[in-house]
Amino acid sequence: MRNVLFSAILLLFFGGLLYLAADLPFGDPLRTDMDDYFIRNAQAQTGANNVVTSIVFDFRGFDTLGEATVLFTAVLGVGMMFRKLKEGEEYEND
Amino acid sequence: MKMTKIVRTTADLFFPFCLVFGLYVVVHGHLTPGGGFQGGAVMATGTALLLVARAYDDVTGRIRKGAMKVCEAAGLLIFLCAGFSGLFAGRPFMANWLAPDGALFRTSIAHGPNAGDLNTAGLLPLLNVGVGIEVLGGLTVILLYMLSGIKEEKKK
Amino acid sequence: MTSRLLLALPYFTVVVLIVLGLAVMLSKRNVVKILMGLSLMESAVNLFLVATGYRHDSVAPIFTNVPAGPMALPTVQALTLTSIVIGVATSAMMLSFAMVIYKKYGTTDIQKIKKLKG
Repeated sequence: MRNVLFSAILLLFFGGLLYLAADLPFGDPLRTDMDDYFIRNAQAQTGANNVVTSIVFDFRGFDTLGEATVLFTAVLGVGMMFRKLKEGEEYEND
Repeated sequence: MKMTKIVRTTADLFFPFCLVFGLYVVVHGHLTPGGGFQGGAVMATGTALLLVARAYDDVTGRIRKGAMKVCEAAGLLIFLCAGFSGLFAGRPFMANWLAPDGALFRTSIAHGPNAGDLNTAGLLPLLNVGVGIEVLGGLTVILLYMLSGIKEEKKK
Repeated sequence: MTSRLLLALPYFTVVVLIVLGLAVMLSKRNVVKILMGLSLMESAVNLFLVATGYRHDSVAPIFTNVPAGPMALPTVQALTLTSIVIGVATSAMMLSFAMVIYKKYGTTDIQKIKKLKG
């Protein structure tokens, strides 16, 4: 009974999303003003041929700084979790 | 755990090519598809290849965890220094001040398709290299840490 | 109707991937399998972002030896790049959590991990 209900809800969700997706225009974006500006001016303003790189590192450079910080923090977290336990130290166990 | 000799030899052969291809992707980030993140990931894939083929202790003799941590911190530091260098040139933080009137990477290009010149794009190649080093160090350290966790599990 | 279905095929792929990921996340009990479902949904979102920026008969927005023609939107591709890197970082973090959970409790079944119940 629970499985049937679960499948029914999932199917309903699937149908709703499909209904929404059918109305989305593919291959013909609605507003392209900002992207057209980037494509026209990226070469003159940054000198880079690759427009995506010029956006990632120049127009949205601050964003990328945050992204690099996230990666750094993730590595710190992983290192903290796998650190060597001190003599006699255990995982907290109460 | 060790794989057969064929796998180990092939991994050893491919490891330098992985590094060189990753470096190519990083350095040409402002001309061709790719950039710091993708190139760094390709370089870290070389480490993953070695880790699959060889034993953990075998790999840590060649790729040291400490050196990779230094790589990671140095990459982020290069990125930050390149960002703050805009302030000393009298421009805002992260401004691309090298592009119009710097000493390096200053060739300007007109709008439209061209053959691509490595000596362009101002600050972008420096930022690419910084991020590439950081991603290489970060992903390699994550791989090594996770594998050391598995090894500990086996010993018990 | 079939032509419209074919036209928006990437969006339907996105819908299928999202529903599959959600089903896996809700029905499985193994922590690692739940993380697999999460990764599936993450790739669905990335695919959706890239598909949003496509124009008919366009090329990638890179000017090195490119044929003439319209270019795909670059901003969504840059955002997808950010999203992929952050996804890798969070996946590594969550998998480490799963490993620590297995080390402490000896199981990855979320029903048997009593201490983490709210």
